[in-house]
Amino acid sequence: MSDRISVAKTYKLYIGGAFPRSESGRSYPVTDAKGTFLANAAQGSRKDARDAVAAARKAFASWSGATAYNRGQVLYRVAEVLEGRREQFITEVAASEGVPLKKAQSLVDTAIDRWVWYAGWTDKITAVLGSSNPVAGPYFSFSTPEPTGVVAVLAPQQSSLLGLVSVIAPVIASGNTCVVITSQDRPLPAITLSEVLATSDVPGGVVNIITGRTAEIAPWLASHGDVNALDLTGAPESLRTELERSAAGTVKRVLRNKASEDFAQVPDLSRIRAYLETKTVWHPMGV
Amino acid sequence: MAAPTTLPSALADAVRDESSLRRFLHGLPGVDQVGVEQRAAGLGTRSIKKASKLHAIDLAISMVDLTTLEGADTHGKVRGLAAKAKRPDPERPDVPQVAAVCVYPDMVKTAADELKGTGINVASVATAFPSGRSTMDIKLADTRFAVEQGAAEVDMVIDRGAFLSGRYGQVFEEIVKIKEACGNAHLKVILETGELVTYDNVRRASWLALLAGGDFIKTSTGKVQPAATLPVTHVMLQAVRDWKTQTGELRGVKPAGGIRNTKDAIKYLVAVHEVAGPEWLDPHLFRFGASTLLNDLLMQRRTQLDGHYSGPDYVTVD
Repeated sequence: MSDRISVAKTYKLYIGGAFPRSESGRSYPVTDAKGTFLANAAQGSRKDARDAVAAARKAFASWSGATAYNRGQVLYRVAEVLEGRREQFITEVAASEGVPLKKAQSLVDTAIDRWVWYAGWTDKITAVLGSSNPVAGPYFSFSTPEPTGVVAVLAPQQSSLLGLVSVIAPVIASGNTCVVITSQDRPLPAITLSEVLATSDVPGGVVNIITGRTAEIAPWLASHGDVNALDLTGAPESLRTELERSAAGTVKRVLRNKASEDFAQVPDLSRIRAYLETKTVWHPMGV
Repeated sequence: MAAPTTLPSALADAVRDESSLRRFLHGLPGVDQVGVEQRAAGLGTRSIKKASKLHAIDLAISMVDLTTLEGADTHGKVRGLAAKAKRPDPERPDVPQVAAVCVYPDMVKTAADELKGTGINVASVATAFPSGRSTMDIKLADTRFAVEQGAAEVDMVIDRGAFLSGRYGQVFEEIVKIKEACGNAHLKVILETGELVTYDNVRRASWLALLAGGDFIKTSTGKVQPAATLPVTHVMLQAVRDWKTQTGELRGVKPAGGIRNTKDAIKYLVAVHEVAGPEWLDPHLFRFGASTLLNDLLMQRRTQLDGHYSGPDYVTVD
């Protein structure tokens, strides 16, 4: 009997809870670290980014309005499904990043643990970052952190799963929604993550994942009037200044972490804090 | 039955009595359902870009009947809508005004006061909108009230029950009487195509409304799904084009309900150009009945001019 021919895959984007083809109709071949063909991925365009922002905006009201406890449960559920796909992730990370299986295994395990770590933070953010302020008057004054809105995330180019999880989880944990441009040359773990999100309880539109050329799509997200924050982690060095400048046109929050960030380190709250606004309310006392 | 205008003999014959009206309407050629849907879809794929897109957006803005027909309407909301109609994008004074503001009869006076001297018409729905289920006296009183309050355009609904049970004469009489009650006001006849079921019925209702003297034929109230669709608008545009060929008169079309974004609006403009003709690309002959469409048109206009995507934070959203 002849050897079985495996099914070559052509993946699609993940926008608004659905898997559409790129509006541009383009796709590009994805190879492993040695250059062997792995699969075709959709090459997203500026219009896909526009649709993704619209989907993220639509999802924002209900996701940010959900209780912190509920968001935590949804994220724990994602971790469960990630665990179920562990073997697939290990194979993809090993192929994409060109690391031995043992190393890939530890990367995937750290990524799942990272997701659980952020899931645990959902209902603690307000207690830790909010405050009850002492004021000289008959008022209660509270400051509470609120999600910023739609966040455009340029995912790290090197760390295809651990890095990706480390940039997405803090954004959605506090109630933001996001549009993610994946690693350009290593998108497969991100595509599998989109399948995980689609089959867990995350509402459509909360995370939108676009594969393609970062340098092509990023400027459109940086200047988009309906995007509230921008994570530059995976931005090409040559484009960073320009992206920051156009993000300033609509007063976006910009996270300027370097591409060399070490995701194996246990994180602090900085990534959660980067996408929060502080709301302070004064309430009359004793009436 | 009285023909409202002097008609060519074939059409004058059609409105002589109920049986000849029925014979005429049933003698209209049937609509090729597959054909019209395919043509509508085909024209919808036209790519309108850059300067032509900007022109189309401005034209579409000038064709909008800015509408609020909610039970929860207040005078304040209508005043807000009128302000938006006058100056859709306050930061860009070159944005054209909309064509009209469309409200319920009791809100007409508020809108008319706000829009005095601006050239923007006040349109009012009348005749027991949206169901049209009431007596003739009440429908006439409703219309007269709207006109007295200052409505320059009246949007009436036809009695779909009568139409579907074949009492064409009754529907015809109704339109003729309402038209009389309108006086100088323009009459738009709402066919409520979502309840007419077939394209053949849409074509018959369109001709019936044109014969009875409607200045505009309008697809829907916006309260019934499906509201305006491209194929239905195609059939109606064919009717006004044929009306022009036979009588020389220009009558208008107004799709209403369900047109929410710029892309859809441009598809309609392409249909107008191709099916009826470039003459109809005019706010006097083609209107969009819409409330949220204007927001998207303004956002798209900014996108075209600024070179980056705009968002609802930058235009008034209502």
